[in-house]
Amino acid sequence: MSDQVLAIPRKRAGTSFVQSSMVRVLRYTLVRGVTLFITVLVGVYLTVLVANMGGYVDQIRKGEIRENIMIQVMNNPALRNLSPDAKRQLVEERVRLEERRLGLDQPFLIRSFRFLENALTLRLGFAQLMNSDSGSRQVKLILLERLPATLLLFGTANLFIFFLSLFLALILSRQYGSLWDRLFVVLSPTSSAPGWFYGIFLILIFAGWLRLLPFGDLVDAPAPQSRILYALSVGKHMILPIMALTLSSIFLSVYSWRTFFLIYSSEDYVELAKAKGLSGRTIERRYILRPTLPTIVTNFLLTIISLWTGAPIFETVFNWPGLGRALYQAVGLFDVPVIVGSTVIFAYLLAVTVFLLDIIYAILDPRVRVGA
Amino acid sequence: MQTVKDALREIRRYPSAIVGLLIVILLVVLSVYVVIAIPYQEAITLWRGGDDIWRSLPRTVPPAWINHFRSQKLPETIALDSRKGAAERHEAPLGDGKSITLLYSFDYQADDFPREINIFFETSFKERAPFASITWYTPDGREISIADIALSVGSSSYRFNQDDKLLRRIRRQVGDVPVEVGLLVAPDPGENPQPLKGTYQVKIQVTAFDPETQLDAELVVYGKVHGIAGTDHLRRDLKIALLWGAPVALAFGLLAAAGTTITTMIIAAIGVWFSGLVDNLVQRITEVVMMLPLLPILIMVGTFYSRSIWIILGVTILLSVFGSGIKTYRAVFLQVRESPYVEAAQAYGAGDWRIIFRYLVPRIVPMLIPNLVTLIPSYVFLEASLAVLGLGDPQLPTWGKVIQDAVANGAPYKALYYWVLEPAVLLMITGLGFAMLGFSLDRIFNPRLREM
Repeated sequence: MSDQVLAIPRKRAGTSFVQSSMVRVLRYTLVRGVTLFITVLVGVYLTVLVANMGGYVDQIRKGEIRENIMIQVMNNPALRNLSPDAKRQLVEERVRLEERRLGLDQPFLIRSFRFLENALTLRLGFAQLMNSDSGSRQVKLILLERLPATLLLFGTANLFIFFLSLFLALILSRQYGSLWDRLFVVLSPTSSAPGWFYGIFLILIFAGWLRLLPFGDLVDAPAPQSRILYALSVGKHMILPIMALTLSSIFLSVYSWRTFFLIYSSEDYVELAKAKGLSGRTIERRYILRPTLPTIVTNFLLTIISLWTGAPIFETVFNWPGLGRALYQAVGLFDVPVIVGSTVIFAYLLAVTVFLLDIIYAILDPRVRVGA
Repeated sequence: MQTVKDALREIRRYPSAIVGLLIVILLVVLSVYVVIAIPYQEAITLWRGGDDIWRSLPRTVPPAWINHFRSQKLPETIALDSRKGAAERHEAPLGDGKSITLLYSFDYQADDFPREINIFFETSFKERAPFASITWYTPDGREISIADIALSVGSSSYRFNQDDKLLRRIRRQVGDVPVEVGLLVAPDPGENPQPLKGTYQVKIQVTAFDPETQLDAELVVYGKVHGIAGTDHLRRDLKIALLWGAPVALAFGLLAAAGTTITTMIIAAIGVWFSGLVDNLVQRITEVVMMLPLLPILIMVGTFYSRSIWIILGVTILLSVFGSGIKTYRAVFLQVRESPYVEAAQAYGAGDWRIIFRYLVPRIVPMLIPNLVTLIPSYVFLEASLAVLGLGDPQLPTWGKVIQDAVANGAPYKALYYWVLEPAVLLMITGLGFAMLGFSLDRIFNPRLREM
């Protein structure tokens, strides 16, 4: 329905309509952006609360202050001639002053907001045990270094799953009741198992038994020198993880999306379009895909969120050097700043994902554009 | 009652529902049996037990039933304990002390060599330590002297493959093979050494220096298969963990799913009924909570506070209450609120809470049950995920912890497939059972989906 309603004002009003719908999309995006920012704020604050119940956050901040002052004192040429004892005294004195300056002697409520501010600006402190590959102890660097690997794997997998599901769902909705259709319906409960679970099976089959693909990791060791070979090696290592993520979500998405398509293809306006003699492809694109896309995007969003949250374990199973495995390693080493830091980064990642899909949603959903 | 009967009749029309229901019933029966047969405390003691409980089982061997699929039969463990009368005992006075002879016989029919051979002694004496000499007799009448050792008070053990002298002797006589191969190999081994089948004997000849000396010994010829589930790297029988995994998974899945769906529904109903500020608040909270990274937060809780499965369960429920379910329920409640019978209830003066619990909530139960059943697998897998991350309950054996042990000890690389596959298949069956039942219930209770 909405499509036809839309079509009339567009012809009459021309550019002014386009402008007003742009404004609406922008306004919607802005409102969502602000809401998401507040969400992240609350989420990170909760993280701080959970972490600080054992006083861990204070430890992180005090450790950071001490490390900074130590470096300052060591690197100050004016202080080079001091005896080690005098230097230590100087450090202690400065640490005390700095802690007072930063308000570490203040009540928890005020301190918690300061830490929230630090977390939001990614001042995540220093790791206790872990190092980044470049040798830094800064949690921010450790985590940002891991981010590209995670983004590469999950970004590719999500895009692949989205388009493959869409494609299969469209085909199945055309062949409602066929053998393939029933197969997908029967297999849809398999999506209750998470990706890492299928990962273990796939590793057993393709790496352990058939020896066709690597057990895990990002590239071959030693890593190939030429760029092209490097990319090919990474690609080879991505096959199994992407297969695992696909297996864990595709049957359910295809099943539910095909059901959407079927519901929408029995609408009156689709019948009318058929009666007008429009081709199958046009009907599919304009009359079935268009109205269902917003719902599908929302649906897909939930899948992405669950994939994101599963990253720590998924990357561990595949030994993928990403953010999730950093979190897993931090748990093993009990490296508190890294654990808190990765939780904060995960909150950000979720928010960014939701925000991006919200923009797409705003562009797709006619209700946002016409302001209904 | 009538609706239950109708529902059962409907279920019969869906084969996947029947399969799902059967799996669920089997799991419940199994769990009840396990909890009665191996009580909670006993399971923990067994699973946390060390060498004292598990010493006579081989390390990392597959289950015994794989022999049905092999032409070359793998050996099973032979454990002969003199305390249980599994040895011929002769005692005779000898000078001031006495001589004790323990003679063990066993029939060896497998096509492969044992994993290892150990003897565990249990000795008590007054002053001088008794002296034992061990001899091995093969079915074809050869006699191999194993070792001469002094026994210490209490428990002691003699491990065949840790005796360098014995290994050197075997090397001289048979060639460069492990001890357990050298002792059982048929004479003149070709390319492919085979064990000699028949009755073997082991004699432990002990010279004791006082007449009150007590001695018992257990001979263990470790096999390469064990029981219905195999063993892990600590010689523990995986059967315990696989069996106990069922009640733990069911309890966690059911409690988490029930806890979240029911509270979620009630909160949605309250939000819709009071509308305005309350509804807004519920919706905003939902938006925030939906975005919280559940697994990282659970990891934090597990690392900083407690790894007890019940604490993790509580936090999971708390974080999932304001989940995406609220939006779905809200949409339905918004329709129900406008129904004439709710208006009628208001007209006769029913209070807010009465309307919520007697008029709104019951309407949504048909939708709730399939949701609840479908949610169970995700929580079962969540528990397994946490266990695989090393944040499982420190005491209880669960399926996830078996997978974690297996992966941490390199089971996929060492081709110890049974170790990963057994718990994984059980998880899969459990997950599929509930998911299949839930999906079919959804179609039964929500007829709108039925044509699809």
